[in-house]
Amino acid sequence: MLRFLGFRVVRALVTMAIVLVIAFLTLRFSGEPFDAMYPEGLPVEMQDALREEWNLNLPMHVQFELYIRSMLRGDFGRSIFTNEEAWRMYADRMPATLSVGGLALLLAIVIGIPMGAYAALHRENRAARAVMWLAFLGYAVPHFVLGIGLVLIFGFYWRLLPTTGLGTGWHYILPVMTLAIPMIAAIARFMRAAMLDAVSQAHVMTAQSKGLTDGRIARWHVLRNAVVPLMTVLGLEVAGLLNGSIFVEAVFSLPGVGRVLVSSVLDRDFAVLQFGVLAYAAIIVAVNLVVDVMYTIADPRVRLEA
Amino acid sequence: MTDRMLDFAQPAPRRWWTDRLVLSLAGLAVIILLGLAAPLIAPHDPNATNLLRRMAPPIWLAGGTWDNLLGTDQIGRDLLSRTFYGIRTSFAIAAIGLVFSAVLGVGIGVVSGLAAGWTDRILMMLVDVFISLPNLLLILCGIAVLGTQAWVLVVMIGLVRWESYARLVRGQVLVLRELGYVETARVLGASRLWIVTRHILPNLASPLIVILTLSFPGVLLMEAGLSFLGVGVQPPTASLGRMIGDGRNHLISAWWISGIPSLTIVAITLLFQIAGDALRDRLDEVNHD
Repeated sequence: MLRFLGFRVVRALVTMAIVLVIAFLTLRFSGEPFDAMYPEGLPVEMQDALREEWNLNLPMHVQFELYIRSMLRGDFGRSIFTNEEAWRMYADRMPATLSVGGLALLLAIVIGIPMGAYAALHRENRAARAVMWLAFLGYAVPHFVLGIGLVLIFGFYWRLLPTTGLGTGWHYILPVMTLAIPMIAAIARFMRAAMLDAVSQAHVMTAQSKGLTDGRIARWHVLRNAVVPLMTVLGLEVAGLLNGSIFVEAVFSLPGVGRVLVSSVLDRDFAVLQFGVLAYAAIIVAVNLVVDVMYTIADPRVRLEA
Repeated sequence: MTDRMLDFAQPAPRRWWTDRLVLSLAGLAVIILLGLAAPLIAPHDPNATNLLRRMAPPIWLAGGTWDNLLGTDQIGRDLLSRTFYGIRTSFAIAAIGLVFSAVLGVGIGVVSGLAAGWTDRILMMLVDVFISLPNLLLILCGIAVLGTQAWVLVVMIGLVRWESYARLVRGQVLVLRELGYVETARVLGASRLWIVTRHILPNLASPLIVILTLSFPGVLLMEAGLSFLGVGVQPPTASLGRMIGDGRNHLISAWWISGIPSLTIVAITLLFQIAGDALRDRLDEVNHD
């Protein structure tokens, strides 16, 4: 078990190291930052002075060392436009992203798991088939199309719900739905497959021959086995949530971190982009690691394997 | 489960007009043809603006005309023509990006499978790392550094998508290289290059085609998403994602500007999903017989 976890930790560290290098290269290979700051051009001696001040004239590996050192001091660079600290720009907008994403994840788990389980246990039932067709649809539609569709139906056709910003509780409904629906579809589809897989195992037949009731078998012998692989899917969904929030924030004009990230790409504001990349990657790597740890706790076979 | 075992009834004969695979592939073929033939069939220049006919509605709504069947956008460009050209752009970028990633993935997979040892271990570690990196972020970094030209999009899509093909190909190579005829070829003194091009690559073709077909809609959506955010295909070039993004601020007054490309994208991805699903079922059937 320790070897298994050790291997995973090493892999997470290697991943983060590669991300660091990518972030550094993004920052340094993007041309001289003053091209973007002073589009009208600068006299040569001022350029040299700025280069000196920002250590741009030092060799690459020295610059990389300085980059890591400043990061360890908690200095992640500043926006070249607003001179705001990069991390603060994200921190300020974190609540909006976290609340919408968290609600969507919760909703997806609460709806998706029972939906998939129901579809697996009542395969011949019409309702179960309809559920799987809906899941199929929800899987095919990208966030930005789904969001626009929901805006058109609930915002402009029925005029039921607000469509921009996060002013009141009502404002949360459409963005959360947009993020949750594809996740519900993915979780329900996966849950159904995992349940069907678990149903055909020998120990379920043993339970049946012991005369246990269907409900008890479903809860204790099928559901519990299906939940283990589900953790991997949930880990992937959290990563997908980060992607999805970028689109959802664009559709609904939410004040979230995805907006900061996209505008930093458009403005070529590299310090801001670089911090976003590091933070997103760190979250995803951490989630993967947590899933791995939970896996070893939940499934003893994984512990024996490595 | 018992009802399955007693089920001796033969499946109903498959007819093409009820066959999901045939129908969905036919639908996709029509869409791809519309894209390919865009310069021939588009009624208007996709970038020609007509400020007198801004936000004209589609033909079935009040105020629609035969001149602009699907209406016009906020600067009076014909949406039908832009949709044809948008399909063309989106499919072209997705297809070239996919081929690029497949070449990269197959190359790395073959090397990894044949080399074994440390080369293999390092390459597979790289695959693991790349799988856990967020694709969208890598692409955003690439676009920020290199700009928003179409080739950057293609290269970045290729760079973030090769891992799954590399893993598949490596697995297949490990199986193939132990097969009798490959071993015979080796014993007979065939060079590595000969074995790879003659015995390994042809056998990889069919699983590769299946996985490429299945991943095509994902690539298409990636391009559409980037263009929607404004960091993909740049104006005035028509792309489905860009069109949706352009119409976002006019949803109340002219839903069709975003709505029509949205419906097109949904149709394309649904058809791909149905085709992929039907293909998988068909392969399962073949394997069980």
